[in-house]
Amino acid sequence: MELLGLDVLFKGSNAMRLLQGLGVAVEISVISVIISLVLGMLFGVFMTWKNPVARVISRIYLEIVRIMPQLVLLFIVFFGATRVMGLNISAELSSIIVFSFWGVGEMGDLVRGSLESIPKHQYESAAALGMNKAQIYYHIVIPQAVRRLIPMSINLVTRMIKTTSLILMIGVVEVMKVGQQIIEANRMASPNAVFGIYGTILLLYFLVCWPISMLARHLEKKWSN
Amino acid sequence: MRKKLLGIAAVAAALALAAFVLTGCGGSASSSASAAASGSAAGAEAGSGAGVFRTLDEIKDSGKIVIGVFSDKHPFGYVDEGGEYAGYDVELANRLAQDLGVEVEYVSTEAANRVEYLETGKVDVVLANFTVTDERAQKVDFANPYMNVALGVVSHKDNVITDLSQVGDGEVIVITGTTAETYLTENNPEIKLKKFETYANAKTAFENKEGVAWANDNTEVIAFANGAEGYTVGIEELGSLDTIAPAVSKGNTTLLEWINEDMAKLGAEKFFHSDYEKTLLDVYGADYEETLVVEPGQAAK
Repeated sequence: MELLGLDVLFKGSNAMRLLQGLGVAVEISVISVIISLVLGMLFGVFMTWKNPVARVISRIYLEIVRIMPQLVLLFIVFFGATRVMGLNISAELSSIIVFSFWGVGEMGDLVRGSLESIPKHQYESAAALGMNKAQIYYHIVIPQAVRRLIPMSINLVTRMIKTTSLILMIGVVEVMKVGQQIIEANRMASPNAVFGIYGTILLLYFLVCWPISMLARHLEKKWSN
Repeated sequence: MRKKLLGIAAVAAALALAAFVLTGCGGSASSSASAAASGSAAGAEAGSGAGVFRTLDEIKDSGKIVIGVFSDKHPFGYVDEGGEYAGYDVELANRLAQDLGVEVEYVSTEAANRVEYLETGKVDVVLANFTVTDERAQKVDFANPYMNVALGVVSHKDNVITDLSQVGDGEVIVITGTTAETYLTENNPEIKLKKFETYANAKTAFENKEGVAWANDNTEVIAFANGAEGYTVGIEELGSLDTIAPAVSKGNTTLLEWINEDMAKLGAEKFFHSDYEKTLLDVYGADYEETLVVEPGQAAK
């Protein structure tokens, strides 16, 4: 125990604090993921529009999401909004805004990709069978697009969960920060706490992300038949 | 062709927008010189306008003071196993809140965002082992200091280095990016440095006698020498002597003056010595109390 530095976990309420930190990380990522999935679908459809204005807007949005590191976005929303507009957004809300902004952009691009991957002849065949536009989407395009979307969007979701470790930079005390606090508070007494605590955090992230991956695999299997 | 042009235009627009947003909020990276410069300008504007900070009366009326502290820098500001903030800085923060008659709310800050927190008024005071520098003093207002910091050099007991000239052909261990590295490179270019990326690597190398001495913040080397057998801090203070002080938002004079007054009172009752004995003694030992502690309002050493 001491060699692995796991003893610090059982000091006081350390284990409970780590779980509470995980709760904060999960809460912020769940809210952001839900917003990203819903708005991302709509944004993806918007991105397939041929209208040049729509294309420029979605292109600019997507480039910003891709170019800007999430940490910079967090600083802009948390500190920048206060500075420029006097808006005082709480650290938690700032995190949700940034993660949703990122998620909607990337999700939209995934949705666009899977919609465009449906061959044109399927639209035309369906139209020839007398289906209207809504029917084509509902019966032909969406079921196929969603299946193609699953693996990539799961990847995005797990990435979002893991990236919540950045929000400690704007003062949100989540699982990573609690871990650092525990390690530093015991730097002299148990120098090996680094292994024990980071190992525990690794396990916690795994326990959160693994069921999501399993769900994705289950859905893929179910739909491939 | 048209499609390609459209793409280029979109990327250019995105970059322009990104640049605008970045310069608009300045200092979001908070370390680069240009960002810092535009940041302080923006801060000054905001300060004269809406007033980013809360004055002493506003804090009293709200019944709560918001203080930025470290939550992972033992023994200055950390969270104990019960989940409570503790440490040398936190003792002072608790006492200030008590004297002001308000509740205290702690915000966990990082070294990189302390200035930003004050410039946006998201905290009233920063008490996070904040070293006073000219660059920072342009962006925040420092109260009177309550601690000294300098560089220190620790060496093996069988070959104690009390002066840098004794290093000779040996190597001095430093951690990359620290004040110690900068100082030795500038002032003693003749000394060979052995650089390590992390504290842990430097420590292991020094323990394996890879260098004759190890230079770092004096608090760090003292803590190391006290925690292990066979090492002596031969040089306790090297280079310029810096101080650590509370900081408030630029221009928040009512709060600044109150803190200085209250700290002078605390200095008179030797509060910082008892604070040292309560929080730092276990790590640094009694020998360094006079080296590290400053009682504000008393004659500076």
